[in-house]
Amino acid sequence: MKPFAYTRPGSAAEAVREVAVEPGAVFLAGGTNLVDHLKLGVARPDLVVDVRTLTSREITDLPDGGLRLGAASTNSEVTADRRVRERYPVLAQALLAGATGQLRNAATTGGNPLQRTRCVYFQDVTTRCNKREPGSGCSAVGGYTRYHAVLGVGSAMPDPTAPETCIATHPSDMAVALTALDAQVQVLGPAGERTIPFGELHRLPGDHPSRDTVLEHGELITAVDLPPLPSGARSAYRKVRDRASYAFALVSVAAVVAGEDVRIALGGMAHRPWRATRAEALLTGGPLTEHAVAHAMEVELTAAQPQPGLEGGNGFKIPLATRTVVATLRDLTAEALR
Amino acid sequence: MTDLLQPRAIGQGLVRRDGEAKVRGTATYAYETPVDHPAYAHPVQAAIARGRVTRIDTSAAEALDGVLAVLTHENAERLASTEDRELAVLQSPEVAFRGQLVGVVLAETSELARQGADLVRVSFAEEEHDSELTVDHPALYKPDKVNPSFETDTAEGDVAAAMATAHATVEQTYSTAMVHNNPLEPHASTALWEPGAQVPLTLWDSTQGVHPDRAAVCEVFGLDEEQVRVICPYVGGGFGSKGTPHANVMLVVLAARALPGRPVKLALTRQQMFFLAGYRTPTIQRMQVAADRTGRLQAIAIDVVEQTSRIKEFAEQTGTPTRMMYAAPNRRTTHRLAPLDVPVPSWFRAPGECPGMFGPEVALDELAEALGLDPVELRIRNDPEVDPETGKPWSSRHLVECLREGAERFGWADRPPARHRDGDWFVGTGVASSVYPTMRQATSDALVRFEEGRYVVEIGAADLGTGAWTVLPQIAADALDVPVDDVEVRIGDTRLPQASVAGGSSGTNTWGSAITVAAREFRGKFGAEPRDGDEVTGSVDQAAKDTEHAAYAFGAQFAEVRVHADTGELRVPRLYGVFAAGRIINPRTARSQFIGGMTMGLSMALHENSVWDPRIGQVANHDLAEYHITVNADVGDVQAYWLDEHDPYVNAMGSKGIGEIGITGTAAAVVNAVHRATGIRVRDLPVTLDKVLGGLP
Ligand SMILES: Cc1cc2nc3c(=O)[nH]c(=O)nc-3n(C[C@H](O)[C@H](O)[C@H](O)COP(=O)(O)OP(=O)(O)OC[C@H]3O[C@@H](n4cnc5c(N)ncnc54)[C@H](O)[C@@H]3O)c2cc1C
Ligand code: SF4
Repeated sequence: MKPFAYTRPGSAAEAVREVAVEPGAVFLAGGTNLVDHLKLGVARPDLVVDVRTLTSREITDLPDGGLRLGAASTNSEVTADRRVRERYPVLAQALLAGATGQLRNAATTGGNPLQRTRCVYFQDVTTRCNKREPGSGCSAVGGYTRYHAVLGVGSAMPDPTAPETCIATHPSDMAVALTALDAQVQVLGPAGERTIPFGELHRLPGDHPSRDTVLEHGELITAVDLPPLPSGARSAYRKVRDRASYAFALVSVAAVVAGEDVRIALGGMAHRPWRATRAEALLTGGPLTEHAVAHAMEVELTAAQPQPGLEGGNGFKIPLATRTVVATLRDLTAEALR
Repeated sequence: MTDLLQPRAIGQGLVRRDGEAKVRGTATYAYETPVDHPAYAHPVQAAIARGRVTRIDTSAAEALDGVLAVLTHENAERLASTEDRELAVLQSPEVAFRGQLVGVVLAETSELARQGADLVRVSFAEEEHDSELTVDHPALYKPDKVNPSFETDTAEGDVAAAMATAHATVEQTYSTAMVHNNPLEPHASTALWEPGAQVPLTLWDSTQGVHPDRAAVCEVFGLDEEQVRVICPYVGGGFGSKGTPHANVMLVVLAARALPGRPVKLALTRQQMFFLAGYRTPTIQRMQVAADRTGRLQAIAIDVVEQTSRIKEFAEQTGTPTRMMYAAPNRRTTHRLAPLDVPVPSWFRAPGECPGMFGPEVALDELAEALGLDPVELRIRNDPEVDPETGKPWSSRHLVECLREGAERFGWADRPPARHRDGDWFVGTGVASSVYPTMRQATSDALVRFEEGRYVVEIGAADLGTGAWTVLPQIAADALDVPVDDVEVRIGDTRLPQASVAGGSSGTNTWGSAITVAAREFRGKFGAEPRDGDEVTGSVDQAAKDTEHAAYAFGAQFAEVRVHADTGELRVPRLYGVFAAGRIINPRTARSQFIGGMTMGLSMALHENSVWDPRIGQVANHDLAEYHITVNADVGDVQAYWLDEHDPYVNAMGSKGIGEIGITGTAAAVVNAVHRATGIRVRDLPVTLDKVLGGLP
């Protein structure tokens, strides 16, 4: 742990300015992830800028029939909102499947999608980790890979010493639902405002595993917009984990079925929430039989790379993802038939 | 035979005497002890698994305003005894396992201490390490004894011959995972060294026994017992990990001695507990069982492979329950240890019995299947008349009754068929036996004094959250023949008469015996109307001791498991246990021990796993977000029952000890139920969904 300065500026714009000029500055929202990292030495900022009260905490109706979630709304508040529960069950279910009541009371709409990976090596400063310390290597390859990626990684057992290697997953449940919902992220940055489609917020590791998202330093999330779903749309979130509650996903599925349209996003599978676009394309317009869904998922997962490692590695995620998608869509279509 | 106390207070479900203080938050734990002007300690740990420290640069830490001292092997005092290498903190540059203590920073605040520890630069000369347990590890050796003093190997008859000729056999290897105790309260202490004082060292420590704790400190620092006071009124759980002190206790004392006059506080972080506070060794158990056509066992054998650390031997007695559970003419048990570059394994709830009731109880299930016999019936058919190991009669053994009553309560006879499917779930049921030896420690004294119209009982016992604060007054009240409200019991301080460790489920048996001796003597000496200040001390060694019988508590556990047909997720909606554990002193605290043990067994079955990363030599998932213990949502209907067992041989209370039996057998019952539900036999704990997924349709 290292000391840092703490400020709570008067406005979001001021907060953005303060962070933009200080390379060692970070935003603080609910703190449920950042404060842990401060203690562990994973985050070592010089300045912590508290934005908890600087963005909206409201959930408001948008003119197009959608909803705007203020960045400071808590995960509990979003889950409890009747409009969210009725129109976007996938989001309410994803949030409820995450963390615990206490954590959800503190965690925010802005902070949740920006929480960092749970890779155990990332969280342990005595080990090598390209995400935490660029260029130091990746301890996860061949190690404890149970919670690691199978999609978006070039090979099974990539070179652990290469600076670009990272097989981490993004841990947020909320982000998986927002990906399936085609949400939009409202951002205020040093250069002004911009809107980022949620599906483009998170990155694959590429050459810079230390970067989780496309946000530039100093860019602040002010709100997340949920576009309206077509009438009759149904959605659900299914999270498969190692215990009944209070565990990160091994695999999770956010699914939206709206008429001919099928949207599938996967969690626990990649460095970012994974939109199963190939499977979606195969399924759009066709009947959602178990066979068709399983086949579409097999196509989606052809490039998957099981990561060997301790406790048998993570190859089980590949059949598990398919089975979970099949089950989720089966339940959603059964619901439609009722 | 002992005259059992006439139960009046005994048997009542009295509420915990310490409950209100705990709920209100006024019960002070070791780290919270209000002291003047404390300093705070934060450890520096080795970042290699084997080698030596070549250089420690403490200058940046020392330069920090508010840092009081930085201790390393270069400047720390030399300890009087370094024989126990786990406890020989900061004595040499050698590193024997990753995470070992190589320094400590003392500062005005805990944050500064942590910051200072971060600034200590340590260079290492790293050597190749070997930290991976394998069944054929080249360095496997046979320890002289297994804990605490059992024969390492036993053999009778010819197992191989029986295996070759028997009607049905099972030969399989089972494994249990490395697990960490993780009590809610971390290993924490406050220590004060006042050189001029009559008692120079005061140590508030979270411990399972103030007297054993003191003895260890005295040994390491070369102090007399009169020079040390250890205080511990409350413990936020120990599960064995506070049964013997670990390096953190010596570190805080070392730190306090470096800062005379200032109390020093040290609490391990959760992450540090995965390196420094003990754990249960992983075990590999090769089982052989053989039976005739009727299910009568012809042979039972267990060959155990487990690990110890290279610097200190710890030999978990995993094979011991196989020696006495069932009758078989041919028997063998062996233990082999791999000495590794790992933290030192230690006590974990039901050492020996807990892992040792996994392999055998699953193997019996496999045998029952091979024989086409009900697994309850198989166990009943093999219930021995006398202890197969010693030939002694049982002080009491009601395993069969536990199995029958459990089967009845659980609805075993009407259980669903194998691979029964209910909606999205496969449903299965499983059974296993439980056992734990009835122990009593050799030393413990209790003082009884009449004080202002009440009876005060003093004994340096420990309450880990188990109920000693409440149960000991019940025993004392019956032994003195007075209402329990007239008795005050004082525990948790070395100023009180010496008491044994709260371990081996022996606390109540031992302390209760000492109290009973003292109470009877008190009555003998002062009659029914004592005067203020009348007092006597009694000792457990004056209590009747039976050596003619084999004394154990027994139980049977029944589990219902659901396995999700799509995802393999596992749920345990029902877990029932029936126990025969002597007389139950307080049904309220007893139920809590039984269901707590069973829940911990469930945790072992489905969740707990310290994933060892042999490349770097540490537990990969070393915090409670990634190391899973069973949470509320995993726990369904857990019920504990007990038989009204009368055992005149064990002690004056008729009690057998209940702290540990609940965790034994649970994991086997769960695994057996998973098999019934899915046809998949998981032999390596924990049972996670990936281990069943491949076998699901
Ligand atoms: C034990 C445990 C279990 C958990 N289990 C789950 C789980 O099962 N599923 C799950 O999804 N999550 C889980 N979480 C994670 C939890 O959901 C996140 O910690 C939380 O959502 C983060 O939100 P926060 O507001 O507290 O963010 P903070 O901790 O305050 O910040 C997180 C990051 O976001 C940045 N940030 C915050 N707000 C903004 C903003 N408006 N604009 C730009 N940057 C910002 C911060 O700088 C920081 O880098 C768990 C956490 C814990 C501790
Ligand atoms: S997987 Fe990524 S986060 Fe984990 S150790 Fe490798 S580089 Fe670091």
